[in-house]
Amino acid sequence: MPLHPVAEAGVTVVDWIDERTSLSGAGRWMMFRKVPKGTNWFYTLGSATMFAFLSQAVTGVFLAMYYRPDATGGAYESVRHLTNEVFLGAFVRGMHLWGASVMVVLVFLHMGRTFLWGAYKYPRELNWIIGVVLLILTMVMALTGYLLPFDQRAYWATVVASNITGTGPIVGPYLADFLRGGSEFGATTLSRFYAIHMLVVPGLIAALMGAHLYLVAKLGTTAPPWKKVHKDVKLDTIEA
Amino acid sequence: MPSKHDRYKSKYTVDRQVPGAFEGETITRRRFMTGTAHTAGAVAAASFTLPALGLALAPVFEREPHRWEIAGPVDMFPDDNYIPVVVTLAAGIGQVGKTTVYVRKHNAALDTDAYDRNPRTHPFIALSDRCAHAGCPVRWVPAAERFACPCHGGVYDILGRRVGGPPPRPLDRFFTRVSKQGLVEIGPRYSVNSELKPFSPRGPGEPLDGLGQYLYPAQFDERK
Repeated sequence: MPLHPVAEAGVTVVDWIDERTSLSGAGRWMMFRKVPKGTNWFYTLGSATMFAFLSQAVTGVFLAMYYRPDATGGAYESVRHLTNEVFLGAFVRGMHLWGASVMVVLVFLHMGRTFLWGAYKYPRELNWIIGVVLLILTMVMALTGYLLPFDQRAYWATVVASNITGTGPIVGPYLADFLRGGSEFGATTLSRFYAIHMLVVPGLIAALMGAHLYLVAKLGTTAPPWKKVHKDVKLDTIEA
Repeated sequence: MPSKHDRYKSKYTVDRQVPGAFEGETITRRRFMTGTAHTAGAVAAASFTLPALGLALAPVFEREPHRWEIAGPVDMFPDDNYIPVVVTLAAGIGQVGKTTVYVRKHNAALDTDAYDRNPRTHPFIALSDRCAHAGCPVRWVPAAERFACPCHGGVYDILGRRVGGPPPRPLDRFFTRVSKQGLVEIGPRYSVNSELKPFSPRGPGEPLDGLGQYLYPAQFDERK
């Protein structure tokens, strides 16, 4: 039975691209993997974290269309305008605000699952290390994003956070100066946090998430620790 | 049988029988081209990375110029109570660049420490409202003669010395002077240890007693 012309066109386009990129092989390698017995809902925490990040990325891009990193009052005013007057502004901002907490919670649940399952052991240590870096980057996102509404809570929370950074011995004071862009909360602190929040860290997170996923696909996932090692009767018979 | 590399250890390509080698040549052209390409790449990358890094790191090495801010006429400040004054620390950024300073006249009965008992060098005592623990704004409570911090319960006495809570050192101070017009002026900030000995300004949470003063170095271009 011939395909519908629209479906035919779709197949032609996909085939055209695949013939020139061989992407379907990579797609199959990534998507159709063997998973161990006992794989359950806990194994979705990683992808849940990824979707939380994607949600943050998409809502963040559109929030940036309205936000102004101006410490003399423009920042607060732009957030107020977005929240109170822009169509769906409060909704999208709410998604970004609550999504941030969701992502932090999911990251920790995902890490707890990996730890309790023992899934960080050989040969997956490198993926654990990448995960730790991703955890730190997520916290950096939470810290830098907290300042951007530029209300009293945001300001004082950042003052305290940068001062806590300064209490690290020897390098702490210099690190706090680097974070603030000076010895006091100054003119460029807000734009500095804004640049870190929307340019530096998201790129790093996306890149490391790619490496994280590549290693998951390459090494496979671990069975839950309560699954006993399955003795293959047929294999034993062959050997004997 | 020894490999090619072991047999020809000479630095001359002719000795190593490299095809196309000529007398006195010490590096193959292929190696030279690879090195040149790598170097060119490194120079190109450094030429935009280094200036960008410098831009990001510069504030660590820069200091705000010293400012003298008018607090008010001399008569405004009693010697047994603090008057809050708002001064500008960083200009051009509105409210964010301002801070509250608690000012009182020098009091011979109170200011008996070796470092501040001279009323000519310390005509007025100006305490920063920045808590020495995490940097929240402390409030002067006249009835209790205490400074209280709203964030984590730091408490200071009338000289700014810690009497309770987590702060590791007393409240920071500002230099003061009286202008010819009879106005009290607030100068640069300095930090003090528990004996009120002055140090260059340090961030909140950084102790200045014992080992602490060595763990938290002074900022660049500031003298101890």
